[in-house]
Amino acid sequence: MTTQTLQAETKAPTSGVVELSTVSRWYGNVVAVNDISMTLNPGVTGLLGPNGAGKTTVLHMMAGFLAPSKGAVTIDGKPTWRNPAVYRDLGLVTERESVHGYLTAGQFVTACAKMQKLPDPAAAARRALEQVEMTGAADRRIETFSKGMRQRTRVAAALVHEPRVLLLDEPFNGMDPRQRMHMMELLHRLGDNGHTILFSSHILEEVEQVAGLVQVIVAGRLAASGDYRRIRRLMTNRPHVFAVRSSDDRRLAVALIAEKSVAGIEIEATGMTVRAADYGNFTRVLPRIALDQGIRLQQVVPSDESLESVFSYLLEG
Amino acid sequence: MSTVALITARGLFGRRRALLLLPLPLLLVGLAAICRAYGVSPDMWGTAVIVGLGTSVVLPVVALIVGTGVLGSEIDDGTIVHILTKPLPRRDIILAKYAVAASVTAVTTAVPLYLTGLLAGSAKLGAALAVAAVVGALAYSALFLLFSLVSRRPVLLGLVYILVWEGLLGNFVSGTKILSVGQYVATIADKMAPTTIIESSVGLTTALAMSAIFVVLGTIFAINRLGSFSLAGETS
Repeated sequence: MTTQTLQAETKAPTSGVVELSTVSRWYGNVVAVNDISMTLNPGVTGLLGPNGAGKTTVLHMMAGFLAPSKGAVTIDGKPTWRNPAVYRDLGLVTERESVHGYLTAGQFVTACAKMQKLPDPAAAARRALEQVEMTGAADRRIETFSKGMRQRTRVAAALVHEPRVLLLDEPFNGMDPRQRMHMMELLHRLGDNGHTILFSSHILEEVEQVAGLVQVIVAGRLAASGDYRRIRRLMTNRPHVFAVRSSDDRRLAVALIAEKSVAGIEIEATGMTVRAADYGNFTRVLPRIALDQGIRLQQVVPSDESLESVFSYLLEG
Repeated sequence: MSTVALITARGLFGRRRALLLLPLPLLLVGLAAICRAYGVSPDMWGTAVIVGLGTSVVLPVVALIVGTGVLGSEIDDGTIVHILTKPLPRRDIILAKYAVAASVTAVTTAVPLYLTGLLAGSAKLGAALAVAAVVGALAYSALFLLFSLVSRRPVLLGLVYILVWEGLLGNFVSGTKILSVGQYVATIADKMAPTTIIESSVGLTTALAMSAIFVVLGTIFAINRLGSFSLAGETS
């Protein structure tokens, strides 16, 4: 298995650099994370991978909540495991939605500011709540909030000490489109301001909209890392399989096989399976050919569109 | 009061389980008051109420509810992360939580035990029971705080300790008494106010020294365990 690593343009390492060097983590016989090395610089990076790939394990190791079985995890050169001092420069928003519901948003974020030993906790809390646009609800108890509001409150708590590094585990889960867009804007803004932001997601489109750089994890390994567009191209240029049914499968097959974008066709009783070498070209060519031949397309279904197959293609590459 | 202690205290009293703290002490004082009102001699009911209910049920159970409530429930619902992602020495977090647990337990048990002692005999017995309850609260709290960090089911572990180790084995295997907080409590109360109601089985010095060892070792281990606190992966 070869790993495709696309080198990202590396900025001069300022502060807020998260580094994993040959990190592995196993639970008994199960390897959750396998020999991952990566460097995160200021800006927004997406940690992409299917469910169960090891994203959360990686995030927890970065945040000092899990010891690497092998290798080292550092932030600005300092280890994160058993080192509470790193939390001066680090904020974490976990996937699990756990908040002290009996506190108001204001009390909660102020308490976080106090525990960070900030000189003016109240002002810091106000600023953080303003950043996530929660000022209006600051005096309401958190248990009365919607999911998106809780999420924003937790982000405010993680941001109150203006950490150089912010880690978010599946921050868009369960958010409605408006909340999602709002969170994306916030991450953008923080990244532009020089924070190092890493968020995990199993949804390509989410990452596409926020992060220029991605780290793709599949089955505990780093499958790809670098510029999102190049990885996306790799993903879309892979062979695709379509299940096609039409008014005349055989005639359509004859016409299609002449096309460069088609790699193979199998005809079955219930329709045909077309292997396309190039997703984009094939999907443009197919309707045109059908129209020219006067054939009616009844069904065109991409049969391997699941994210897992996209990721495993990356690994095979 | 530190922020951690404040959040802990609010968490403790903000939850419904805080109500669990009321019935047992009320039952204890209530029973003693009824016996007293009907003029029953304390020799008849003293041991059953003070030892049978007071020091071997009310004290450890209240300590268990509070001791696991200050940390175990935060670990359970994940809110502990908000406290752990702060640049606070783990020692400060444990000590703050321990201070809350021990003082809440001490107040909740020493007051009813004092009243019960008063009803059963004298202010001296009441005071002895109150002091013993405070020492017991300190030792039990350290133990149950540690249980919250070594097990995902600290309440169960605590009940096994109270019911099996102290309750069952303590009656049959005398060797277990040396590691039984209940015995220290009985000893301290008995030595301070000797009566026929309470029987002590270890020496006063042993009781005090062992209580101190429970407190010191319990908190040291707890601080160390909290330093290595790991989040379970939640990749579903």
